[in-house]
Amino acid sequence: MSKEKNSASKDAGAQAAEIAAAAVRKNTARRLRKKLKPGKILLYVLVGALLCFTAFPMIAMVCRAFMSLEDLFHYPPYIIVHHPTLGNFKDLFTSLSSSEVPFTRYIFNSLWVTIVTVFLSVFICSMGAYGMVKHKPIGAAVIFNIVVAALGFSSHVTKIPNYMVVSGLGLINSYAALIVPSIATAYNFFLVKQFCEQLPDSLLEAARIDGAKELRVFWTIAMPLLKPAWSTLAVFSFVSNWNDSFSPLVYITSDAMKTLPLALQTMAGGAGVVSRSGTTGAATLLTTAPTIIVYTIMRGRVMQTMTYSGIKS
Amino acid sequence: MSKKTDAAVAVKPKVYSKGGRFWRDNRTGWGFLLPFMVLFLVFTIIPVFVAMGYSFTNYNMIQSPAFVGLQNYRNLFLEDDVFIIALQNTLVFACVIGPTGYIMSFLMAWFISLCKRGRGPLALAFYAPSLTSGTAMSVIWLVIFSGDRYGYLNHLLIRIGLISDPILWGKDSTYILWVVVIISAWMSMGTGFLVFLAGLQNLDPELYEAGKVDGIKNPFQQLWYITLPLMKPQLLFGAINSIVSSLAVFDVATAVAGFPSPNYSAHTIVAHLYDYAFTRFSMGYASAVAMFLFIFTFGLSRICMRIFRSDD
Repeated sequence: MSKEKNSASKDAGAQAAEIAAAAVRKNTARRLRKKLKPGKILLYVLVGALLCFTAFPMIAMVCRAFMSLEDLFHYPPYIIVHHPTLGNFKDLFTSLSSSEVPFTRYIFNSLWVTIVTVFLSVFICSMGAYGMVKHKPIGAAVIFNIVVAALGFSSHVTKIPNYMVVSGLGLINSYAALIVPSIATAYNFFLVKQFCEQLPDSLLEAARIDGAKELRVFWTIAMPLLKPAWSTLAVFSFVSNWNDSFSPLVYITSDAMKTLPLALQTMAGGAGVVSRSGTTGAATLLTTAPTIIVYTIMRGRVMQTMTYSGIKS
Repeated sequence: MSKKTDAAVAVKPKVYSKGGRFWRDNRTGWGFLLPFMVLFLVFTIIPVFVAMGYSFTNYNMIQSPAFVGLQNYRNLFLEDDVFIIALQNTLVFACVIGPTGYIMSFLMAWFISLCKRGRGPLALAFYAPSLTSGTAMSVIWLVIFSGDRYGYLNHLLIRIGLISDPILWGKDSTYILWVVVIISAWMSMGTGFLVFLAGLQNLDPELYEAGKVDGIKNPFQQLWYITLPLMKPQLLFGAINSIVSSLAVFDVATAVAGFPSPNYSAHTIVAHLYDYAFTRFSMGYASAVAMFLFIFTFGLSRICMRIFRSDD
């Protein structure tokens, strides 16, 4: 059902442009093959080297998670796993649980914080963007300019006042401290807003004539049409919140409330590092995999949204 | 709002006062924007001004803030040697990581958009590092840059015969900065990549035909005269993201070199901010650091907006 609505939102013009663009790509690719032999070779070498550079640590990371002790301490060092084992994962989930905070707790913290933030961010940013674009209240243009300006600095700038608000509300060492400040980000709002611009008014209008209330129009008509935009927002929000190690560093002091990146940092440093290198490898894989899986699943929608993400100044 | 057809109004036309109409026209839009605006103001916009205010004070969160004028800024630039180191390091990071990541992601997006097959896997292989957590991947990078013979890089270099004894990459302050630069560059390759890729896939093909008529010969000319000017909005979005992220290097530096790093060799502006705000709780001084970061990133973003101005 969602697929149907999806394809309905893509107008014929865009499809035609896509086909034409494919034709041009074919053309340029052919031309590239005919001419520019040395240039072509140089390009391939450069791209190949780049891909090796980006992929090598990823491959090493996956391999290390499955390495047995024999592999980990072999000399010369192995990059590719020779004696694969699941022992590291078993150790990770069993050995720690007796003495310290169990690793599953960190996984839960990360999942809970990230999922709640993503959900609220999708809802609140989509609602705001929809209200701004489709109702154009007085001041909308000013607000949008402020949002674009806010793309131009990082969240570190505002961490001190944020810390005061969070600690003033007594939220230090709580999930809310990690969730509430990261809901309304300029980046998320901007993405949905740009996508929202090209939604046809006619569908919304039709629903209004049928007597639907504004919230209903938003929820049943606009949200399904905005699906590519808010799924993209969900991916980016998931990635940035899952990987965020600065917020927990500032707002969290208790071990039990740490999220995965911070827990991993504690694990990777300190005493007994060498004896834990297997479990650390396993933990690294578990920390890295979710964002890549989420992105891979949602790739199509992400590309559909990023088309509208340019800033015209 | 004209396009709104309120059934009740159509049946029984009410007479609205000027204020009433104003309220009726705007309440739905404001209503939808309200939750976002409240959170956005409280956690993003107002804090910029609050931080600005604190940067002129001495404030330790116990006593009330005392106004000291420009003292914090004067100390920052004239007294605080560590801040100058942090500033230098951050500039090195930003100058290497920002442009490299930006150019590489454009090049890769351009290459992939010319490819016939395998675009998905290629894009994923290139983009995956940007999806990972800096602290998590540092674990692997520390194996690569490990200071003993088991480290992949040391092993490789010894094998080739370039060095005879392993180099302490993560401990020797001459190397730490560059180790962090390489790791951050690796993670920043994807900044703007998706935006560029999406933009390249949606350019109007007729313009290329027109360009051919006008005598554009090869793909590189095409890139320079047609593609780049058309991609201005995407290039701007990518540039701003890359400036913001390359000036905010912190977690990779901490994970690799420790905090504080040996001789402050991987100390950055954000590390300085964190140090003064959340370990020493001297919020006034830390706010001055935050303000410096703000003015610097924000200023560069504004300059980018000038450079990539779209004429339409």
